[in-house]
Amino acid sequence: MYDFAVIGGGVVGCAIARELAALDASVVLVEARGDVGDGPSKAGTGVLQTGFDAIADSLEGRLVARGHLLLTDFAERTGIPIERTGAVVVAWTADELAELPRLAEQAARNGYPHTRPLDVREVYSALPALGWGALGGLAVPDESIICPWTTTLALATDAVHRGAELVFDHRVEGVDVAPGHTLLRTNAGAIACRWVVNAAGLGADLIDQFFGHDRFRLRPRRGEFVVFDEFARQLVDTIVLPVPGGSGAGVVVAPTVHGNVLVGPAIGAGDVTNRADTDTTAEGIDALLDRAAAVLPQVVHEEITATFAGLQASSDQPDVTIAVHPEQRYVVAGGIGATGLTAAMAIAEHVVGLLGEAGVDVTARQGLPAAPTMANLGGAGRRTHSDSGSIALDPSYGDLVCFCERVSAGDIRDAFESAVPPRDVDGLRRRTRAMNGRCQGFYCAAEIARRVTERGRES
Amino acid sequence: MTDTAAGVFDVGDGRRELRATVAIVGAGPAGLTAARHLAGQVPGRVVVLDREHRAGGVPRYCDHLGYGRRDLGRFTTGPKYAARLNELAVRAGALVRTGVTVTGWDGAGLRATSPDGLLTIRADAVLLATGARERPRSARRVYGSRPDGVLTGGTLQQLVHLQGKRFSGRAVVVGAEQVGWSAAATLRAAGAEPVALTSVHAQPESPPPWTAVGGRRGGIPVQTRTRVIRLLGHDRLTGVEVQDLDSGERRVVPCELVVFTADWIPEHELARTAGLSMDPGSLGPVTDASFRTSRPGVFAAGNLVHPVEVADVAALDGRAAARAILRHLQEPVASAGPRLIAEEPFRWVWPQVMAADDGPLSRDRLLLWSDRHVRFPVVEVRQGGELVSRRRVAWPVSPGRVFRVPSTHLDRVRPRDGDIHIGLG
Repeated sequence: MYDFAVIGGGVVGCAIARELAALDASVVLVEARGDVGDGPSKAGTGVLQTGFDAIADSLEGRLVARGHLLLTDFAERTGIPIERTGAVVVAWTADELAELPRLAEQAARNGYPHTRPLDVREVYSALPALGWGALGGLAVPDESIICPWTTTLALATDAVHRGAELVFDHRVEGVDVAPGHTLLRTNAGAIACRWVVNAAGLGADLIDQFFGHDRFRLRPRRGEFVVFDEFARQLVDTIVLPVPGGSGAGVVVAPTVHGNVLVGPAIGAGDVTNRADTDTTAEGIDALLDRAAAVLPQVVHEEITATFAGLQASSDQPDVTIAVHPEQRYVVAGGIGATGLTAAMAIAEHVVGLLGEAGVDVTARQGLPAAPTMANLGGAGRRTHSDSGSIALDPSYGDLVCFCERVSAGDIRDAFESAVPPRDVDGLRRRTRAMNGRCQGFYCAAEIARRVTERGRES
Repeated sequence: MTDTAAGVFDVGDGRRELRATVAIVGAGPAGLTAARHLAGQVPGRVVVLDREHRAGGVPRYCDHLGYGRRDLGRFTTGPKYAARLNELAVRAGALVRTGVTVTGWDGAGLRATSPDGLLTIRADAVLLATGARERPRSARRVYGSRPDGVLTGGTLQQLVHLQGKRFSGRAVVVGAEQVGWSAAATLRAAGAEPVALTSVHAQPESPPPWTAVGGRRGGIPVQTRTRVIRLLGHDRLTGVEVQDLDSGERRVVPCELVVFTADWIPEHELARTAGLSMDPGSLGPVTDASFRTSRPGVFAAGNLVHPVEVADVAALDGRAAARAILRHLQEPVASAGPRLIAEEPFRWVWPQVMAADDGPLSRDRLLLWSDRHVRFPVVEVRQGGELVSRRRVAWPVSPGRVFRVPSTHLDRVRPRDGDIHIGLG
């Protein structure tokens, strides 16, 4: 029997599992899919937010602000690609321009006093390729870009190093709460544990209902994204944010740590009833391309490298739902939407704090392993293919398999031999960037498939 | 890599330097053929670099007849052709280095990564012969899910011909030009059932003769004026939604595989990072008939400059580029002359520059790419607003294949006057 079972292997679940694994306790992370970070966590903007525009005095706002600090520090220690690009909120209409001072005040109330108003000239100086018609802006210097895939993986890897177990392909279908233990009934057998932590993302409200609660409902919202070719990256070095509620329809134009430009999300009209519906649509992508053409006109001359959609868990409650029920030995961390990436580590810290208040011994063990060193997928740092020292030690780092993204045979082998290895091509993509480049596998898909199949046969 | 015979020197910082007279990037038909005609003709080394583990380029995995007629005077299969071109280059004395990925420029030199370490290549002339690839589904703005069972034609050919992979189920092939038919034949040979080819054009792009030879065309309908717009199925493909471009009507074609063929884009990363003048139509670098780019000493040939011609035409580019490089090594002359500009319905024309000192065009042909069919084309050439040539061409303009126009159409062009526009009357 485990001391803790964390349901959900997204960025929040992995952060919580890592935090719990620091205690003198056994931890299992139960994931319905075949990999960590395979749901909404993989499909966002990749912006590490300051929380400047959060709803004032909300728990979510506090967690974002705290999470920003924690994740920035963790990223530096583990090598998660992160770049402090800063952001500019661009006003395109008189109404939006009038809104900027209020936004700056809100930021200050949220504990972020570092925004700075920009006049038109300053906006275009920060964003030379910005489309015509901007009226002014608000600089948010600490907004950063981060690799969402490596973030979840680093948290999961550290959790595993600390002794947590990862269980995949186990979808929780019911719970039996007995005195002293809880049984998670899954599609692949039962898992017994003392405490349950619900970090089930899009399924968090359902799991909450298994425990007899009815306090929040999730409406999945589908957000579509366009990723432009790396040649577009030279057009924009700073995150371009819309004024909330303004003409920009919430669409962010951001450089990515992988060297692309990301435009999104386009939030589809109407509810998504199927919680696995990550289809892209002509309407969504057309809307993004229109927006991209207005914000960064030259970008539309570059190729589209990829389009994707992610679901965000939009709660009917104004704030996130995080609570501890000692009588059920149950914790819920739900209703976390697009802020999950930034807030994850703060949510984990908060959950452990609540457990402590509930009388659980939350003293960290002595002698925790050092934070893991992750393979660098970022363009700003040194990657193995361009590091003569790595290649001299191991020539397979110079043997490129994915040419566009410069992923070597050594990188692929390392991913398979890591603490949280991939189980398919998509898992390998998130660990190495293989096949994520401009050819999308024209040159390397066959070779990558062969390597994945070979590894699958070995394991 | 440390063998000095191969011309490699340690230059510190773990970086090695390779000196060559000519460095060729891409060991496909154009690069290997250029190497064959340069090696032994220049004082120093001719090196061909390719990131794949085997030389030969795309023909390596196009296991059907149709190669070598124009350049080798024999009709053979892609893999045999690739092996032959490699053998001829090596026999001529070229150094063909595979597993070397050129990642960018280091001043006038090239930067590369290989299992032997980081490499800087210094050469008196560089030939880019990096070829072209097929656009992936997102770039074609095909929406829906991201299931397994979605391939480009090139990936399909590699899986089947390099790895012996078998397929099953129904397949839809997007594109009905030569590579579309080739994909259908490969699918059938690999165990799948091609149920349709789709073409956005009003009539199928003419299939190549070899598909009819084996009777392998039999029974696969071409759905014209049809576009695949959406992929269906969550983990695995279950079908594609297609749209009739005339009626707007949509319907679902159930299938387990979809192969996106053609829709070429040149592999132009090095051309762009070199800051070469680029053609907005072909997306390849601008060159003249001597394959000179806008940067002296950098040449470009093959399907990087005309996406895409058949392999043996790319090889003949390599031969002509070799002659131009030899001339450059004796006396460098920058490319200068009026621009050649493609007019509707043409997307691009090659060459883009008519340099006064150019020799005759490779195969005496201008190359053009059209987005629509024209059955009886009358080619018009204008310079300075004046019609300098208006002549019927005996063969149709067909999308999905290069439209070749005899260079005699340019006989009355004045090399010192302004831009030359080529279109249809």
